[in-house]
Amino acid sequence: MLEARLQKRYKATKDCPGFELNVNFTAGPGVTVLFGPSGSGKSLTLDLIAGFSRPDAGRVLLNDRLLADVGTGVALPPQQRGCGYLFQRPALFPHLTVRRNLALAAARLPKLERHRKVGQLLEIFRLGELAERRPAELSGGQRQRAAIARCLVVEPEILLLDEPSVGLDTALRHDFYDALAASQAEFAVPVLLVTHDLEEAFLLADQMLVLVGGRLVQTGTPRQILEQPASVMVAELLGLFNLLPAEIRHLDPGANRSRLRWNEVDLEGPYYPARLLGDRVTVCVRRDEILASPKMGKVEKGTLVMNLESASETPRSALLHFEESLIVEMPIEEYAGNRHHREWVLKFPVESLRLV
Amino acid sequence: MQRPGRGRRTSVDLFPLWLSLKVALLATGISLVLALVTAWALSALDFPGKEALDAMTSLPLVLPPTVLGYYLLVVAGRESWLGKAWEALAGEPLVFTPKAAVLAAVVHSAPLLIKYLRSAIEGVDPLYVKAARSLGMPEWRIFLRIVLPLARRGVLAATVLAFARSLGDFGVTVMIAGNIPGKTQTLSVAIYQAVESGQGEVARNLVLIVSALGLVIVWAANRMQAPGALRG
Repeated sequence: MLEARLQKRYKATKDCPGFELNVNFTAGPGVTVLFGPSGSGKSLTLDLIAGFSRPDAGRVLLNDRLLADVGTGVALPPQQRGCGYLFQRPALFPHLTVRRNLALAAARLPKLERHRKVGQLLEIFRLGELAERRPAELSGGQRQRAAIARCLVVEPEILLLDEPSVGLDTALRHDFYDALAASQAEFAVPVLLVTHDLEEAFLLADQMLVLVGGRLVQTGTPRQILEQPASVMVAELLGLFNLLPAEIRHLDPGANRSRLRWNEVDLEGPYYPARLLGDRVTVCVRRDEILASPKMGKVEKGTLVMNLESASETPRSALLHFEESLIVEMPIEEYAGNRHHREWVLKFPVESLRLV
Repeated sequence: MQRPGRGRRTSVDLFPLWLSLKVALLATGISLVLALVTAWALSALDFPGKEALDAMTSLPLVLPPTVLGYYLLVVAGRESWLGKAWEALAGEPLVFTPKAAVLAAVVHSAPLLIKYLRSAIEGVDPLYVKAARSLGMPEWRIFLRIVLPLARRGVLAATVLAFARSLGDFGVTVMIAGNIPGKTQTLSVAIYQAVESGQGEVARNLVLIVSALGLVIVWAANRMQAPGALRG
């Protein structure tokens, strides 16, 4: 278990605006993802935990072992922290073969034990045939596998991964995810992974910490964060939501219903506790939760007719852009058969209207 | 020309050449060890007095060689505590001996070597050092097993240049080792002596030898520094 309370401030200079990191979190077993946009302090957080930078205030505990405490002046060097660190680039020593990279990392182990350990890791990470090659002779994915193996050969208490899949194509990326899964299955080392890739975060995370501008703005499982973003900022960061400015027109706790007025249209939502009539709120609706179909004949009550302005396609879905910047996501096959329609009927399911 | 030997002179006495080569070789070895430790400490460690050490090691580069020689005379002369200690241990004074010429060459070449080595060490991608630290490797092992092999090209080139600088010292050597033919007279000093005493042919021959040596050294240093593909 990692417990970190960290503060670090950089004063503004002529060329660079100031920045302050102020975070407090725990990372338990499994994969904890530190998710946030570039410049939010994710890599700095890893550096402070690993001992490559010193916090201005705070402390770091790893399995009840004090790694750093500004108050008492404790600051273990990186060598004594037990934090395996995997960087964006694999950082394998270029003058050594894969085997010697691992063996050098494990130099403090007795010779026989070292030999056994290196062999075991080469096998787990499918590096046996590549063991005598130098890093320059490996592919990107093989290098990342070798780098994870090298991290694990010293038996770290936690793995810190700093956007390790950046620059890898999709196939190599999944190769890396497999390697990470292998390390989890075999060694059960807690992982703190930094990423700004939402898909990666959802794929790997057991717990997710959302970091924006040096502050943790939400923590929870990926599903919890997706179900209820804590703020407009988080919703915008996830990039999966429509944010609609609305006014509460009716509240009915008995029927668990509310009525919201958005853009001259009434929308029916669930009851919102601690809200008052007339409150101006931001409604957060996931793009894929809005039901859209081409307008055919009469429109039923509680639906909305909107003109389609444009559409774009991703490998898995189509994004339909309507007036008022409303975006609806639907399966690509469903859109393909209706792409010639201009008028669409949109329906907002009650539970899809969340307030942030 | 004749084989090297003390006191035997024809047109060119090669003793200064052999002495210079021996002095330069020894001085380069000593300078390399000193410079590696200092350059590593300056680039990798944080310690009190780091800036002062940096300034001290740079000072010989800006001081005239005669001033350096004077300082050495004060520090290692027969009246100094260091000179006395040396004499007590070695049974002979340090100054005006070939050992003094080695000391002069070390003082002359080590500061430059520190600069070159520091630059070569700092040219190693810091990510490798960071990775090594996260793997728990002690600093000395990181230096010997990671930094030094990765900086080897720069280190070799710097060593060759330091050898050349040791070979060519005049001012510091004259001040502390003197100009004793057959004992402490190095190449540079012998050239000066030959010109002073009107031995034009001797001076010319020695100058040609030094120039040829210099050319070989510069070629070797350039070849070592160039990336593999450019070395052909």
